[in-house]
Amino acid sequence: MENPYIPYPVRIDEIKTETEDKSLKTFKFVFLNPEDEEKFAYRAGQFAELSIPGLGEIPIGIASSPTEKGFVKFTVFKTGKVTSYLHSMKEGDIMGIRGPLGNWYPWETLEGKNVVIIGGGFAFTTLRSSIIYMLDPENRKKFKDIHVIYGARSPGMLLYKEELENWAARDDLNMHITVDSTDDPEWPHHTGFVPTISEQEAPSGTDDTYAIVCGPPVMIKFTQPVLDKLGYSEDRIIMSLENRMKCGIGMCGRCNTGKDFVCKDGPVFTLQQLNQTPKEY
Amino acid sequence: MKVIKIDKTDWASGLEKLRGSFALIGPVKEKFYHTFKTLEPGREPDMDYANTRISPKFVIYPQSEVILKCSMDANDPDYKIFKEPEKEYKSKAVVGIRPCDADSFPLVRRNFDTEDYKDPYWLRAYETTTLVGLACDNPCPTCFCTSAGSGPYSDDSLDLLLVDNGDHYMAKVLTEKGQSLVSAAGWNDDAGDDAAEAIEKKKADAESRIQSRVNTQNLAGQSLLDLYEADTIWETEAFACINCGTCTYVCPTCWCFDVQDEVHGNQGYRIRNWDSCMYPLFTRHASGHNPRGTKLDRLRQRFMHKLKYYVDKYENGIQCTGCGRCVRLCPVNIDIRRICNMMNSYDPESCTCEVTAS
Repeated sequence: MENPYIPYPVRIDEIKTETEDKSLKTFKFVFLNPEDEEKFAYRAGQFAELSIPGLGEIPIGIASSPTEKGFVKFTVFKTGKVTSYLHSMKEGDIMGIRGPLGNWYPWETLEGKNVVIIGGGFAFTTLRSSIIYMLDPENRKKFKDIHVIYGARSPGMLLYKEELENWAARDDLNMHITVDSTDDPEWPHHTGFVPTISEQEAPSGTDDTYAIVCGPPVMIKFTQPVLDKLGYSEDRIIMSLENRMKCGIGMCGRCNTGKDFVCKDGPVFTLQQLNQTPKEY
Repeated sequence: MKVIKIDKTDWASGLEKLRGSFALIGPVKEKFYHTFKTLEPGREPDMDYANTRISPKFVIYPQSEVILKCSMDANDPDYKIFKEPEKEYKSKAVVGIRPCDADSFPLVRRNFDTEDYKDPYWLRAYETTTLVGLACDNPCPTCFCTSAGSGPYSDDSLDLLLVDNGDHYMAKVLTEKGQSLVSAAGWNDDAGDDAAEAIEKKKADAESRIQSRVNTQNLAGQSLLDLYEADTIWETEAFACINCGTCTYVCPTCWCFDVQDEVHGNQGYRIRNWDSCMYPLFTRHASGHNPRGTKLDRLRQRFMHKLKYYVDKYENGIQCTGCGRCVRLCPVNIDIRRICNMMNSYDPESCTCEVTAS
C-alpha cells in the first residue's frame, strides 16, 4: 500500500526573489532521489504540498512546466507560518514535496483551440507552467492562437519579468502585460486593470476559444462580465480555486465546495461546474 | 452462517483465552458514563450498557496519531526526511460494540479507501480488528438506527453478533474473522435448530421498540443548491448553535482531521488529529478570508455533508447510522432527526418544510 502522506525529499537548488516588495520568491527544487522525479510526473495546473518538517505543509501550484526537466519550481507568497519560514530558508536546505495533487487544465479539450490566459497578481504560477508547456516546440502546433493577459499592481510586482519580455517579443503568442499604475514614463506595456485590458485585447468567444482565468477574487469578479460580453459560454471559462487544505487527497474534509473537494476534484473547474456548487471558496 | 451458544459461565474464561491472540477492547463504566477501553487482564466488558458517550471510532482512527517521523539532528544522514513510524498492528477485538457503531466503519471507509488514494493507517487498523457486536434490546429514545441504514440487530458490519438470552448468548458467526475468534475462545457449542428463529423474533421485538425515525427518501432527489439556500432551515437551526463541536467528536461517522507538526528533542513528528467543521480555523485561509466564516455556514456544512453531499457522492444512503449521540449530547438541543426531516420535506417553491424548526 503506497502511503500518500510521505513527501519526496528535495533540496532547494535556487531561490529567486521575484517582486520589489520581496514578498514572492521562486524556489527551484531538485529531488534527492532521481527516481522520485519520474514518480512526480505532473500536468500544468496541478499543485503539490510543500513540506517543512517541524512546521507543516502548504498547498502551492506548480510553476514549472512538465516540459522542463531536472527540477520543479514553485513561487510562494510570504503570508503564514510555513511560507514565512520557507522565505528564510537557504539554497542547499532539505525539505519535502508531496504530489502532484489535484486535476489540471483540460489539455486534451484545449488541443486545436484558441487559448486565452487571463491572470492577475501572484496567481500566475500555474499559468506560467501552462504557457511554457504550450510554447514547447512539440506542443505549440497543437494549439491555435494563444493570448496572455497578465497584470500586477506595478511593474515591480510582475512575476517572471524576463520571461514576460521574451514572450512579448514572440510572434506565436499575443502577450498583453498591464499594471494598475506606474510612474515610469517609458513603460512600454499597458496601464489599466486586467478586466479593462481583457475587454480591449481578448478575442471574442467562439466554440473554439477557451479562457483560463486565475487571479484575486476582485479581478475574477470584474473579468467574468467582460467574458460574458465577449460571448464566452460558461463551459469555456476555466478557473483554478484555492481553499485551505491539509491532506491534499480528499480525506481531511475541509476544502470542499458542496460535494467537490478543491484538492482532489479540483483545483481546476469550469465556470459551469462552479455555478452548480455553493460558493464556498 | 452458523449460530453457537456461549454459556455465560464460559464467557470470562473464553475472553481470557482470547488475550493470547487479541488485544481486547470493550465498554466499561468510568465514574458516571460508559466508555470503550482496553480491557486489562481480569477486566470484563460491561455488557449491561445502552451506549457510550464517545463512539468506538478511535479504535480504528485514534483522536491523535503520529503519521510520520523524521530526524531533526543535522548530523543524521536522514535529517528532515519523513518516514512512516514503525508500528505493530496487533490483532484487536472490540467486544460488545453496538451494531450502529459497527455500521459506521464501512461508511467511513468510503472516505479513507478510494480508487486514487488509500489511507494506510485507517485501513491497517480496520483490517486487524475483529468486531464482536452486542444486539440492542433496550434502545434509547434518541435511537433511530432502523431508518438510518442500521438496526439494533444489524449484522452487516460485524464479525460476530451476540444476542443476550438470559444465561447464555446466542452468537451469529458472520465472517472468517468471527470464526477465528470463537475458535480461539473455545466457544463451539451448537445453539440448536431454533436459535436462528429465536434471534429473528428478538430482532423484530427490538426493532419495534425503536420509535423515532428519519425520513430520507427525498434527499437524493432534492436540488443541492436549493437545500444549501434553504434559509428557513439554516437560519433557525444555527441561531442556537454555539459551534462547540461536541456533535462531531461524539459522532461515529465524522472523520475530518487536521495535521500538525511537532518537534520533541531531535525527533520531528507529523501528527493527525480529529478536527471539526464547527470551528472557524478549519477553513480559514492564511489571508484571513474564510469560505465558511459564520456559524450558519459551519452548521449547514455539517448537515449538508451528512445528509446531501454524502448521499449524492456515494449513492449509498446518509452519513449517519442513527446512534443518537449528537441528539443526546448537544447542549442546545439541535436534533439531526428534525433537520433531516426538514431537508427531506423541503419545498423550494414555498420555502417551507413539513417539519418546523423547534
